[in-house]
Amino acid sequence: MNITSFAPLAVVLPILGAALTFLLIHYPRAQRAISIAVLTLTLLLECWLLASVWEGGTAAVDIGGWLPPWGIVLVVDQFSSLMLVVSSAVSLAVLIYATGQGMADGDRDAPVSIFHPTYLILVAGVSNAFLSGDLFNLYVGFEILLTASYVLITLGGTGPRIRAGVTYVVVSVVSSVLFLIAIAMIYGATGTINMADLAIKLGDLDQGTRTLLHVMLLVAFGIKAAVFPLSFWLPDSYPTAPAPVTAVFAGLLTKVGVYAMVRTETLLFPGDALNAPLMVAALLTMVVGILGALAQSDIKRLLSFTLVSHIGYMVFGLAMSTVAGLGAAVFYVAHHITIQTSLFLVTGLIERRGGSSSMDRVAGLAKLSPVLGVLFFVPAMNLAGIPPFSGFLGKLGLLQAGVELGTPLAYALVIGGVLTSLLTLLAIARVWNRAFWRKPEDAEHPDPVLLAAPEDSATGDRAGRTNVTLLPRTMVGSTLGLVVFGVALTVFAGPLFRVADQSAEEMLDRSPYIHAVLGEDVPVPPVPPAAQTGPRQQQGQPQGQPQGGGK
Amino acid sequence: MSVNLTLLTVMGALYACGIYLILERSLTRVLLGLMLLANATNLLILATGGYAGLAPIFDKDTPAVDYNDPLPQALILTSIVISFAVTAFMLGIIYRTWVLARQDEIQDDAEDRRVAETPSFDAEDDSVIPVETSEFPLAMVGSDGPVPTGTAAVMSGGRPVRADKAASEEQPGSLNVDPRKEGGGK
Repeated sequence: MNITSFAPLAVVLPILGAALTFLLIHYPRAQRAISIAVLTLTLLLECWLLASVWEGGTAAVDIGGWLPPWGIVLVVDQFSSLMLVVSSAVSLAVLIYATGQGMADGDRDAPVSIFHPTYLILVAGVSNAFLSGDLFNLYVGFEILLTASYVLITLGGTGPRIRAGVTYVVVSVVSSVLFLIAIAMIYGATGTINMADLAIKLGDLDQGTRTLLHVMLLVAFGIKAAVFPLSFWLPDSYPTAPAPVTAVFAGLLTKVGVYAMVRTETLLFPGDALNAPLMVAALLTMVVGILGALAQSDIKRLLSFTLVSHIGYMVFGLAMSTVAGLGAAVFYVAHHITIQTSLFLVTGLIERRGGSSSMDRVAGLAKLSPVLGVLFFVPAMNLAGIPPFSGFLGKLGLLQAGVELGTPLAYALVIGGVLTSLLTLLAIARVWNRAFWRKPEDAEHPDPVLLAAPEDSATGDRAGRTNVTLLPRTMVGSTLGLVVFGVALTVFAGPLFRVADQSAEEMLDRSPYIHAVLGEDVPVPPVPPAAQTGPRQQQGQPQGQPQGGGK
Repeated sequence: MSVNLTLLTVMGALYACGIYLILERSLTRVLLGLMLLANATNLLILATGGYAGLAPIFDKDTPAVDYNDPLPQALILTSIVISFAVTAFMLGIIYRTWVLARQDEIQDDAEDRRVAETPSFDAEDDSVIPVETSEFPLAMVGSDGPVPTGTAAVMSGGRPVRADKAASEEQPGSLNVDPRKEGGGK
């Protein structure tokens, strides 16, 4: 029996865990143990899936024994299994961090008892969206993760969180309605919602209908992925949530949107019909996002804007629809999930240690807590794309692919990418200079607790606050783990780039996916404007090798 | 595929009302708008199933074309459940907003307003650099003009004495600037 037939467990395990933790709502210790155990198990399973897919190729699982064009099918290919592994690793780290925070604060801040079940359901929704081979099941996956995220973003029900939650819920519901309308119209036009089947049948529609459906899907996913101009909601709603929640949202939710966009562009609507508008959107996302980041004085908000900005890089790679570009985008998604999440976790620690996440108040942290400095510095430099970190490798791959494509628009994006990278460095350096390097008394509104030198307080890590541990070991440990994972992405960039390029090749080829779902004897239609992608694919392949050497 | 005109007209009316309502600032109306949008979409999915037919319960004697398409109905059922859950959650949020603010309106983001009103001048980045640019000056100069030489006294600016002490310990000549003159955010 093939291991890939266990793929549904990636969705079922977290849901079972959620049910168990919900039953044990009055036993916080059991809840913690169960949710961590369940996520660890899921992560192991997904690593196994990735390994088996790497050797055995794309595989599909028919749920309930219904055959593919009719029944729901889960598809495990290299891209989806890579996303599963990275997302589960990140969510496990965030869960441990949240558990540490809950234990340190004595679980009195918020109704934390519902945190664990909701969090596991969120993970299940993310897994379902990554695995789904059926458009409506993708919608259900989105809804599972969104409904869980509604609960998480309003956790505790304080004024600012409710305000942010309203924006978030309304925008998400509208995007879901758009997605559902697109599904209904696609079903009306083709009579199927199976993605492999659609890949064959959508090609028969006339150009106008196809463009309409394509645009509708892209708009729906663009809202979820926060692509400019549909990104307005993100910096507004993310920063108010608790630190671990913001971290997991920043890491995973937008990337699920990007994942869906990748599937739309490669599997359902291949060819470069909308590549030019996508490139313009990518450029605007990068530049407008990072300019927004420069204006912020709150670290969480600043990071939310960099999150929006860096989505632009992924859309850029996707819009090139070459193996080199798409491979770099896949690599960049994996890198960005890890880095952005660890930065938000560190910001949570900064908020604990410094009493605030506002750069007007926090200062002098490098002296107070050198560990925190290192934890912030490494992912921050990684985000800004300083060599030799994975951020640099990902951006380099994208820029190389852009230059190789050689159209004027691609060059504009290459310039925009470099500019955004520099501006990210500027934004990050501002945080570093203000929160870490300057003296506490230089802050605009310094926190009296920070001004008290650490050596004055009896216990070094409490600085005048006696009721809380400022840097609990679990929180620092899980953040450290994630930062190390980010560095590991750099060290193992060679193999990772190979996986990314291979998955990009498979996605652009489409036949492994379609054959895995519908059987080997199904003819795969050529990509509609076939003259465009065919030769480029050939060009792209040798380019994958030199990037692989970037260890 | 054929469609029912009445169904389409109702669907269009629902979409129009829904979009009008979600543009309101009142939360209850936004919720009503979302509900109308969800229901309009359900009608759209129903319309994709084509003509009405027999209930899709298998019977050997009925030819396949007489059945109604069962898939859209399954999709609608799922989407009804989802919109039900979201509506319940939104009602919870609206009630909570009412409890907290006695208001049925979406509030502005305070931090957003603050950033929008912040002048582009940044005390730390843009202030005039003093003539003395040595890396190790005796007095760390802030933004408020040249410092008279020989000012070694530490100005506490109404802050706790501990702060004052910590600052003077760290650097004997440091000048403690009153934060209110620097902070641009008001």
